[in-house]
Amino acid sequence: MSIEIAIKHQLGAFAIDAKFASAGRLTVLFGASGAGKSTIINTIAGLTQPNEGRIIVDGAVLLDTAKGIDIAAHQRRIGYVFQEPRLFPHLSVAQNLSYGKWFAREPVQSRQLAHVIALLGLGKLMSRMPNSLSGGEKQRVAIGRALLSNPKLLLMDEPLAALDQPRKTEIMPYIESLRDETNIPIIYVSHSVAEVARLATDIAIIANGKVMATGAPHEIMQRPDFMPLGESDEVGSVLTMAVASYNPDFDMTLISSPVGEIQIPGRVGEIGKSVRLRLRARDIIIATQKPKGLSALNVLSGKISSMENNGPLVMVKIDCAGSPVLARITRQSAVALKLKIQMPVCAIVKTASLDAVGKFGA
Amino acid sequence: MNWFTLSPEEASALQLSLKVAFWAMTLSLPIGVLTAYVLARGQFWGKSFLNGIVHLPLVMPPVVTGYLLLLTFGKHGALGIFLSDYFGFSFSFRWTGAALACGVMGFPLMVRAIRLSIEAIDRKLEQAASTLGANRFWVFATITLPLALPGIVAGMILAFAKAMGEFGATITFVSNIPGETQTLPSLIYTFTQVPGGDWGAARLTIISIVVSMLALIMSEYLARRIHHHLDEP
Repeated sequence: MSIEIAIKHQLGAFAIDAKFASAGRLTVLFGASGAGKSTIINTIAGLTQPNEGRIIVDGAVLLDTAKGIDIAAHQRRIGYVFQEPRLFPHLSVAQNLSYGKWFAREPVQSRQLAHVIALLGLGKLMSRMPNSLSGGEKQRVAIGRALLSNPKLLLMDEPLAALDQPRKTEIMPYIESLRDETNIPIIYVSHSVAEVARLATDIAIIANGKVMATGAPHEIMQRPDFMPLGESDEVGSVLTMAVASYNPDFDMTLISSPVGEIQIPGRVGEIGKSVRLRLRARDIIIATQKPKGLSALNVLSGKISSMENNGPLVMVKIDCAGSPVLARITRQSAVALKLKIQMPVCAIVKTASLDAVGKFGA
Repeated sequence: MNWFTLSPEEASALQLSLKVAFWAMTLSLPIGVLTAYVLARGQFWGKSFLNGIVHLPLVMPPVVTGYLLLLTFGKHGALGIFLSDYFGFSFSFRWTGAALACGVMGFPLMVRAIRLSIEAIDRKLEQAASTLGANRFWVFATITLPLALPGIVAGMILAFAKAMGEFGATITFVSNIPGETQTLPSLIYTFTQVPGGDWGAARLTIISIVVSMLALIMSEYLARRIHHHLDEP
């Protein structure tokens, strides 16, 4: 399954010239608001006709302006979850969910229907009308409705942006299940670093209508220049680790990888489950020797591989058993500690700052 | 003078008015929905011209509308001749002509109400339906039409009420023939023209008011039920 996109589109003075390909399970188009992300996925869905372009999904040419091919939106078989749920207000949840089935050439089987209902926890909502649902429930129904149209590709345009934090936390695991348990690839538009770090298998950085870079989350997330405006504080490293043990006395989970061991609060998943951890550079403290009498639980050891000055701050990259961990400290501290390339140091992570933890399936 | 028993003449006028109004409303409905949809959603050259034509009966003197119908659909009108030659169907001086006149006069009111309710529908819902595989027709049938239902009902009632009260175009086009084209307003007019007709006119006026009130109450009730269905669990 692969997606190939190359489009040119003029919107007044704003020009979109985007080209990327992806075979990932969840590709995030990442960039600031107004970078052209939504326009790009609208052209994939067939809701916007670009001036020029070629869009190929799973070998099927959906658009090729040079050859005059432009498959209509309703024939593209591309599911779309919008920022607002856009549920049909005159139809019940069950009717909203089965809407796509009326038109599908290969309708979903009742087994798949049951699977989606279970996956998204929709069982109790089936007879309700959309206006009686909470924001999070509505968005779950919208995701289910798109899935049940039996799409080849699922587009999600900032599906969490309109929700408050508890609702985001409620929906995030469902999107993780979609990514890990269905074989429908997802293109996900977002400007939130937390969502990207947790959900993405692949990232395309979009700025000013262009694709600046593509890559895996652990590469992209440590590039301050790729962070959208106002989110530069979010830069950091993404580590993939496995659940090692759970301590019920303190309700703490120990996760480990060759990088080291990290303890995080709460129960994260079953033993052996792969999890992804985001460490923000501004949350990391550097020590030149193993600290004692410290409340922070997590200490990773490594060697400094690079240092980059930025005004009063320094971005220190620490190589911990092959994985880079970023730490942002003041230049004053760097000088006081006499930090140098190749120097062995400890990266101290305050447990409470481990905010973005996602489970990651095989 | 009995207030509660209608004379045969009055009963026939009331019956005729209800029949004329019913057919005027029913037959203009599909055309009205289509016109409203085209005006609300279409982007084409001549849209304001079409809009103007649709609204003309609202602003022209009814006599002019009636006279134009006479010129077009009358015995010597082009369409009138065509219809009678090929289908054996005639509008002139028949109740069908009264229905046509009433339909034309009520048409702008119907289109306006439906158009406003179509314009109020979030187009994003229609986009969502198309990504789920619905083509243009099915988007219209399953999303646009049901969501425009309150406006469609309001438009139907308005057209019905207008048809019940239409006088000028009807009398110009199909005259005032008892039992055939003498509707309620025509009979009221006749009563006011003869000595001692005041009582009859008053009774029919009250009937007119009652029928109009019933239509309005019904439209309110239906609109509320539909809104209730759309808004509540």
